[in-house]
Amino acid sequence: MNFDFSDDQKFLRDEARKFLEAQCTTAHVREVLDDDSKSHNEGVWKQIVEMGWLGAAIPEEYGGLGLGMLELCVIAEELGRVLAPVPFGSSAYFFAEALKLAGSDEQKSQLLPKVADGSLIGCIAVSEGPGEIKAGTIATRLKDGVISGKKIPVTDGDIATHAIVLVKDGSGESLVIVDLNQSGVSREPVKTLEPTRSHATISFDGASAELLGEAGNGMALLDQINDRAAVLLAFEQLGGASRCLEMANDYAKERVAFGRAIGGNQAIKHKLADMYVKNEVARSNAYYGAWALSSDAAELPEAAAAARVAASEAYWFASKENIQTHGGMGFTWEVDCHLFYRRAKLLAVQAGSPAVWKEKLVSALEAKNG
Amino acid sequence: MDFNDTPEEAEFRAEANAFLSQHLKPKTPGALRSVGREDFLERAKAWQKTKAEGGFAQITWPKEMGGRGGTVMQQVIWGQEEAKFDAPTGPFAIGLGMCVPTVIAFGSDEHKKRYVQKALMGEEIWCQLFSEPAAGSDVAGLKTKAVKDGDEWVINGQKVWTSGAHYSDYGILLVRTDPNVPKHKGLTMFIVDMKQKGVDVRPIHQASGGKEFNEVYFTDVRIPDSDRLGEPGMGWKVALVTLMNERLAVGGSPGPDWKEIMDYARSAGTLSDQAFRAKLADWYVAAQGYKLTKFRTQTALSRGETPGPENAIGKIINANHLQDICNSAIEMQDHFGLIVDKDEAPSDAIFQESFMWAPGLRIAGGTDEILKNIIAERVLGLPQDVRVDKDKTFAEMN
Ligand SMILES: Cc1cc2nc3c(=O)[nH]c(=O)nc-3n(C[C@H](O)[C@H](O)[C@H](O)COP(=O)(O)OP(=O)(O)OC[C@H]3O[C@@H](n4cnc5c(N)ncnc54)[C@H](O)[C@@H]3O)c2cc1C
Ligand SMILES: Cc1cc2nc3c(=O)[nH]c(=O)nc-3n(C[C@H](O)[C@H](O)[C@H](O)COP(=O)(O)OP(=O)(O)OC[C@H]3O[C@@H](n4cnc5c(N)ncnc54)[C@H](O)[C@@H]3O)c2cc1C
Repeated sequence: MNFDFSDDQKFLRDEARKFLEAQCTTAHVREVLDDDSKSHNEGVWKQIVEMGWLGAAIPEEYGGLGLGMLELCVIAEELGRVLAPVPFGSSAYFFAEALKLAGSDEQKSQLLPKVADGSLIGCIAVSEGPGEIKAGTIATRLKDGVISGKKIPVTDGDIATHAIVLVKDGSGESLVIVDLNQSGVSREPVKTLEPTRSHATISFDGASAELLGEAGNGMALLDQINDRAAVLLAFEQLGGASRCLEMANDYAKERVAFGRAIGGNQAIKHKLADMYVKNEVARSNAYYGAWALSSDAAELPEAAAAARVAASEAYWFASKENIQTHGGMGFTWEVDCHLFYRRAKLLAVQAGSPAVWKEKLVSALEAKNG
Repeated sequence: MDFNDTPEEAEFRAEANAFLSQHLKPKTPGALRSVGREDFLERAKAWQKTKAEGGFAQITWPKEMGGRGGTVMQQVIWGQEEAKFDAPTGPFAIGLGMCVPTVIAFGSDEHKKRYVQKALMGEEIWCQLFSEPAAGSDVAGLKTKAVKDGDEWVINGQKVWTSGAHYSDYGILLVRTDPNVPKHKGLTMFIVDMKQKGVDVRPIHQASGGKEFNEVYFTDVRIPDSDRLGEPGMGWKVALVTLMNERLAVGGSPGPDWKEIMDYARSAGTLSDQAFRAKLADWYVAAQGYKLTKFRTQTALSRGETPGPENAIGKIINANHLQDICNSAIEMQDHFGLIVDKDEAPSDAIFQESFMWAPGLRIAGGTDEILKNIIAERVLGLPQDVRVDKDKTFAEMN
């Protein structure tokens, strides 16, 4: 057993951190926050594309770096730390992983190289209304190779060039790949809690679509895609939660009230210790998820779910208590705390809320311990 | 990152498992807490001896100390395999996990020759005599005093909460040798023979019903100066080595976990309850968090890195986790959940038993609050609590 990243992976992490801390500061994030017309930070995106990170886990034969899932996990954590305001996750965790999982040879050789070089931005369009995504509730329809219906909200839906869309058809639910730059597609930005990652309503009206995987297998496939994305999202969440603890810790040492640093009071000390414990629990579960993901282990469903449940809890707790530790300052637009609070919520409900993942986890445990 | 055994690890695991199967029965749910059984001590001693003779006791200790000279990973594998069997290990956890390592670190060659082998073979049991009525969390505030008399020290005072003192042969004893310096600077550590004159051990009746810890009174007990561990006044430094080992040793899960409560819920027909399922997910995540964090520590250890105070998190997670699971299991059983009679209560009453044990786990080996302080101060570097006794001598404060 060796339960840690390798030296090469740690080197990648250090390099990514250095790069992002310089090139993706919260000032860069705020450019997107404060400008409704901006869907992402183009400068940051361009540099990330140039680093080749989008192709970290895409095999070389499809134009990627062919490093592996562990390397993508490392990158995800770093992007999470800096709240990268770019469509990386939509393209790399969802779109590319879905293709790797279920795409035909032709789909893979056509699309994956473009994901890797950034000329294609992928996203996933599933949600249509409030509540959990369930079989039998999807209204967007596939018939004769074209789809009609409305998806809301689609993360990064306004900048994406392609989407994987959950639809219903004669055989149940299916996933299809849709080129978003065609006449049967219209998009409207939608305002969300998290303006540094853009969201859209996408309406399809006879847009041509091609099947991803088998017809009627959409829900099962979506589950598999989400299991893979869940681990990567957990690393982003972990990165964000770690930053919240660092920020709260720095502030607690600096801020003086009642004649001493507020961090000298146990109410603050124990709050931050609780944060630390939750973050470590999340880190350990995320590492296990990374192992399961990278080795195609049979344990992936429960490992992914546990990673996601732990990371969502850790980020929620760290982001809210970071604001609390900052007192009135934490409640201002200028101080960065709320950026993490917002991002924590996006990452917790994208691809299923904690309740959904808890249920998935218990179902997996039930199946294996029957 | 790899969870599979290397070929050498797999070979060792098979060897360990074969040895265990030869000597022990697989663990059953009812055996989760077999500490209270009448013949427990005898079984534990016998098992320790078998283990030592088989070369599986204290795997990472060097061969000349009677260990296996093995790797951290072998120790981990042994622990995983031993946990699958009904292995009575309890009485040796404190001695071999904490006291004897302290003797090895600070004792003379004579001490090592005299004590280590016997402890390893299960022939002698050790206890830890630190806490006192007025000094638990603040153990450096202890009052039991030692006064030098020729080549000997004369001990007077009282210890409390001493686990296993009633069956122990030796103990490591922390006492005050100098009251005229600040509290941490006037302490000294000794090896004490528990069977000698003037040592009076009185079992304490625990809230859980058992009598596993004790009050220990010292009246004019004489200890030769040669049984001192470390210099006079250096006792705190010696104690920290013991306590560091304690937090590594104490974390293990001693009772029912997510799997047991899930099995119970299935048999009771309540596994489909939504609220229960959400909690079950949280318990699994916490249990995995604990287990996997330990794996991370062990990976670091196996690379020669020293584990830091980060280990405090294991005990915080574990003790609260156990208490919560037991509480939920009892409430699921409704009025019937009160029953502790093993013949009547579901799951051999393991939930009820551990429900009464869990509060002690949150206190023993550092309370939740003290562990959080340790994380805040030593891991996060936050300011220390206000210490009103910091620059005062012990005598001035008492
Ligand atoms: C929405 C809003 C409206 C407000 N309106 C008004 C108003 O109309 N008029 C007005 O005068 N003020 C107003 N305030 C200010 C408010 O009263 C202060 O923000 C609040 O008292 C906290 O002070 P602080 O922001 O300086 O935080 P700090 O005092 O710096 O506290 C930072 C953190 O340290 C903790 N902390 C501080 N001291 C201790 C201690 N001894 N023990 C444990 N923890 C401690 C705090 O609980 C907090 O978590 C408003 C604030 C907000 C957010
Ligand atoms: C089952 C069991 C086995 C034990 N075995 C041994 C043994 O073998 N040998 C041995 O020497 N001892 C042993 N102990 C003693 C144990 O180490 C002490 O009980 C423990 O350190 C707490 O000390 P105390 O009981 O004096 O509580 P106190 O220190 O009086 O604490 C009371 C409460 O105050 C809180 N508190 C204290 N100081 C602070 C602070 N600075 N900030 C915030 N909160 C604080 C504590 O967290 C606790 O909640 C055992 C205890 C138990 C329960």
